Amino acid sequence: MRVYLDNNATTMLDPEAFELMKPYYCEKYGNPNSLHQFGSESHPALRKAMDQLYAGINAGDEDDIVVTSCATESNNWVLKSVYNDYILHGDKNHIVTSEVEHPAVGATCKFLESLGVKVTYLPVNTDGVINVEDLKNAITDQTALVSIMWANNETGMIFPVEEIGAICKERGVLFHTDAVQAVGKIPVDVKKANIDFLSFSAHKFHGPKGIGGLYIRNGQALTPLFHGGEHMGGRRSGTLDVPGIIGMGKAMELAVAALDFEKNNVRRLRDKLEDALLQIPETFVVGTKEQRVPNTILISVKGIEGEAMLWDLNQNGIGASTGSACASEALESNPVMEAIGAEADLAHTALRLSLSRFTTEAEIDYAIGVIYKAVERLRAISSTYAYAPEWHVSKL
Amino acid sequence: MAKESLIGGSIWEEYSQKVQDLMNHPRNMGELTEDDAKNMGGKLIIADFGAESCGDAVRLYWVVDEKTEVIKAAKFKSFGCGTAIASSDTMAELCIGKTVSEAVKITNIDVERAMRDTPDVPAVPPQKMHCSVMAYDVIKAAAASFKGVDAASFEDDIIVCECARVSLGTIKEVIKINNLTTVEQITNYTKAGAFCKSCIKPGGHEAREYYLVDILRDTRAEMEHDRLLAMSNVKVEGTHTVNFDDLTVVKKFQEIEKVIDENIRPMLVMDGGNLEILDIKESDGMSDVYIRYLGACSGCASSSTGTLFAIEAVLQEKLSKNIRILPV
Repeated sequence: MRVYLDNNATTMLDPEAFELMKPYYCEKYGNPNSLHQFGSESHPALRKAMDQLYAGINAGDEDDIVVTSCATESNNWVLKSVYNDYILHGDKNHIVTSEVEHPAVGATCKFLESLGVKVTYLPVNTDGVINVEDLKNAITDQTALVSIMWANNETGMIFPVEEIGAICKERGVLFHTDAVQAVGKIPVDVKKANIDFLSFSAHKFHGPKGIGGLYIRNGQALTPLFHGGEHMGGRRSGTLDVPGIIGMGKAMELAVAALDFEKNNVRRLRDKLEDALLQIPETFVVGTKEQRVPNTILISVKGIEGEAMLWDLNQNGIGASTGSACASEALESNPVMEAIGAEADLAHTALRLSLSRFTTEAEIDYAIGVIYKAVERLRAISSTYAYAPEWHVSKL
Repeated sequence: MAKESLIGGSIWEEYSQKVQDLMNHPRNMGELTEDDAKNMGGKLIIADFGAESCGDAVRLYWVVDEKTEVIKAAKFKSFGCGTAIASSDTMAELCIGKTVSEAVKITNIDVERAMRDTPDVPAVPPQKMHCSVMAYDVIKAAAASFKGVDAASFEDDIIVCECARVSLGTIKEVIKINNLTTVEQITNYTKAGAFCKSCIKPGGHEAREYYLVDILRDTRAEMEHDRLLAMSNVKVEGTHTVNFDDLTVVKKFQEIEKVIDENIRPMLVMDGGNLEILDIKESDGMSDVYIRYLGACSGCASSSTGTLFAIEAVLQEKLSKNIRILPV
């Protein structure tokens, strides 16, 4: 059996979205900007896709949802252009973010620091969430932008975006949120949360890879990152990925329609898996079930290094993820794990399991059995897990 | 290497079959007890190295014959990734049957090489080398325990990297044994500098007494000095039992290939390079060996200086002073 429990990394393309995309590769392949039938025959489907995207996050017609290559591009665009417009060519010099952002935000902030920008990285509690009081204290007259994620990719923890949005509005600061892990998992409403910029990626909600978007509120100025044409109203140049946009729109519609299913059915399977794993002694999960998106579990299994766990799971056809240093090319542990779980050695023992609406109960039952066996085998090898009772006595 | 690096590979694809098999079925995993030691007529030694908070921890068990100092049995337990498990297992395997003094000489290189499927291909990707370094450290801890000396007497006490607890002695040794040339390699081998990065160079998270950039520069200078000294002392009389100079060209080729395989190729491969012998020509009692560098060696600045001299010096010492190396 092959079980995919790494849906926070990427998801399967919804077959229904795939069907809609197909004609736009080999039949209706014209450039939508061209003045001929080949080009214009994609317009109805593109308009429909844009409607689906706008409806999916409750954007108004006065707002822009600019299609980008992915959320990494969207995040880079917001941060670098806010730097250009408000810091380099303005009187601000400060950005506030959190310690647990995706590298697309975190590493871009580090880059901006090298250009002289002051960046405040808000700390997180043991659940991996910021304290809004810290945010209030961090904002100054110099602050140009607050960039805080909607939900964390590793822990699944949901951030208080509505509160953050209200604070930013009150203090007159722009608010950007990386909503990659929220869109398609929980309701996302840009109006309610007073958001100026919101990034998303299609492949995280069963859309195609290599396409995403940036929501920009009501004509908010933002210098383009890509120059070179008139595409996307002049905001982002590059020939439109027609099948990608159509697939993303459909995927958005399907994901939003499935939010109740996510909240009930995906959540039930996630909780079943989580409850079963918590039966294993000396394990803990970051954050309560209610505070998380419905599909994610970040569990620490004492005595088992993350990569070793992934190896055993993979041997049995299960794909999952870890933030362990040993599993990374650069031998660096995940900063999110370090920020929230230094004491608990979370950085080395974390296992992330993320479900989707395509995950079945049989798959979860199978995964529980495999993980139990892996824990038994690896704890028997482990030098830091006291399986044998005499270890407690010898105090070695 | 640029094209190779664009689509990142899975580190698992770089594990040798032996490493993969050992990850699934370690041979020496387990514990030894006082009763085991009594039954075997030896002394039980238990040594630990690393900690869970570092991401790696290994415990080594030995039963040692107190008279002969031969290690009669070795077992391990390991908290770590798959390669840590495989390295620990191989390390335990290599200990069995050796005396404690012999075992102390087992290096991370021996462990890594024992896990290769073929001599030319490293058993693990570079960033996983630290797993075998840990295997090496725990042997020293066990030997210190057996000999009743403080582990500190085997090890340099100066800790350069607090996060990974890597000593100055280990860093210098790893640089020398593996002929490391960059700070990134030191990090890959020892984990020093992999965490807070303060110890890499001044200006990091906290001020340190020693920095990897300085240690690397000073150790490379020491190595160059030692190498020149060794070259000037190479014995004129070959130590080889067969007189190399009298062999046929075919035999010479085989002898040279053997020495290169054992002493030279593994070092080149570690840096992503290699070499092949193209031809051997005899003239005026000299054997001229024509070689071609492969991979990273071709175009490397040291391939016509340091590396070339080292290859020549090794072949001259092992086989005959009448060998000349000519890169094509």
